[in-house]
Amino acid sequence: MTEEIIIAGFGGQGVLSMGKIMCYSGIVQGQEVTWMPSYGPEMRGGTANVTVIISDERISSPIINEFDTAIILNQQSMDKFESMVKPGGTLIYDGNGITRHPERKDINIYRVDAAAEAATMETTKTFNMIVLGGFLKIKPIVKMENVIAGLKKSLPERYHHLLPVNEKAVKRGTEIVQEIQILN
Amino acid sequence: MKELRLMKGNEAIAEAAIRAGVDGYFGYPITPQSEVLEYLMLEKPEERTGMVVLQAESEVAAINMVYGGAGAGKMVMTSSSSPGISLKQEGITYIAGAELPCLILNVVRGGPGLGTIQPAQSDYFQSVKGGGHGDYKLIVLAPASVQEMYDFVELSFDLAFKYRNPALILSDGAIGQMMEKVEIGEQKKRLTDAEVKERCPWATTGKDANRERNIITSLDLDPNKQELFNHKLQDKYKEIEEKEVRFEEIQTEDAEYLFVAYGTSSRICQKSVQLARAKGLKVGLLRPITLFPFPSKRLAELSKQVKGILSVEMSAGQMIEDIKLAVNCNVPVEHFGRMGGIIPSPGEVVEALEQKF
Repeated sequence: MTEEIIIAGFGGQGVLSMGKIMCYSGIVQGQEVTWMPSYGPEMRGGTANVTVIISDERISSPIINEFDTAIILNQQSMDKFESMVKPGGTLIYDGNGITRHPERKDINIYRVDAAAEAATMETTKTFNMIVLGGFLKIKPIVKMENVIAGLKKSLPERYHHLLPVNEKAVKRGTEIVQEIQILN
Repeated sequence: MKELRLMKGNEAIAEAAIRAGVDGYFGYPITPQSEVLEYLMLEKPEERTGMVVLQAESEVAAINMVYGGAGAGKMVMTSSSSPGISLKQEGITYIAGAELPCLILNVVRGGPGLGTIQPAQSDYFQSVKGGGHGDYKLIVLAPASVQEMYDFVELSFDLAFKYRNPALILSDGAIGQMMEKVEIGEQKKRLTDAEVKERCPWATTGKDANRERNIITSLDLDPNKQELFNHKLQDKYKEIEEKEVRFEEIQTEDAEYLFVAYGTSSRICQKSVQLARAKGLKVGLLRPITLFPFPSKRLAELSKQVKGILSVEMSAGQMIEDIKLAVNCNVPVEHFGRMGGIIPSPGEVVEALEQKF
């Protein structure tokens, strides 16, 4: 199993930390992982994206231009990354702020309205965990127990009181993800 | 069970330095390697092992602090990125000329000049052909993963002390900034003063009554002595070339074409090998791990087996010169690369192979 993922959105949405939690979950599960961020001036307030690869084997290139799954959290990222999903691959997006919805016919498309859902929870910062839940429902590449362990490793101890709310958010994500287009 | 962590390449270097029992780090911040200094400051290694971490007033000051520490037999290091490494060149040639061990890390960014903060491999010439003045060589290691960033710290110091020669880890912004799984080693104790004296009888550790003064210098105004000293250096480099070549081969057994790439480019080429083989092209990869000493002998052997070699570098083509020297016109050697902070995609590399051969 090798899953090549791009997560893309605005800086501050938790794009990079979501990738980090995925990687920690993979490590707990005994897998190989790489986390390659876009870095540079564009990180400060602009768009942020990270390539995450989780695999049972040694990972070759951490830099790729075709993805099994694109997790898209704003319009700019939709414009940039929709075309970079492999044919037969998967696109997951949050509809909040999206004016041009995905148009490709050769990929699976799912929607997870995490921003709207986060507004109903204790803190809107759980946004990225809701998205993660949506992803894991569709691609259960890591077991939920390992995600919880990964979350614990990724969060500094002073935030460990927030673990239950994050766990709840991941589970909520698995419930609210909707199918938009499924290939036969 | 061994401890596993998810770390950036820059953080792995810093943790490895503490664990290897390094005595001192002297640096000055510059993107994309500032996390080395940042991590060391946060970890407070003076509390863990007594290691000194100092942000110097400039790169020039930092490398001269390394010169001083190394002269006293201490395990000392510095890190920077391309423009900062250029500033350190005077200090580096002095350290090489005084035959002192130390570690220098270059997390390369695009150049020339201030260039860009994105990854590049355009400091190859500077690393393996000198950089500073005079006939000297650095031992140059090129990690291709975060684990190797970690592992090569101790390896660099082992080689540096074995040969009394500065070692350089040539990394780049991609490996510095990306996170991977790292297996963390044991905490080694820093050497005691007595152990330093035993390991480094040449060091300025305080003169005992029963020996001559130790003098750390790169200056000898007598040309006859200076020539003899240069011969000694060249003999040392020759010995390093004989004993310390390291490389990795991927699917070269039946290869008809060969990629040669190090660091980030070698990771991209691993994927390019898979893509090319899926198209029916028999391609392999030779990844130099040491850039000096260069795996010339193995390349010469492979040049009798393959029809063409593609050197893949994030530069205008620097390592290709060493490949050409190694294969001595046995086989066509071409270059493919991107510059200025652009990283080529695995698919682009395969296209280049198809176009050039």
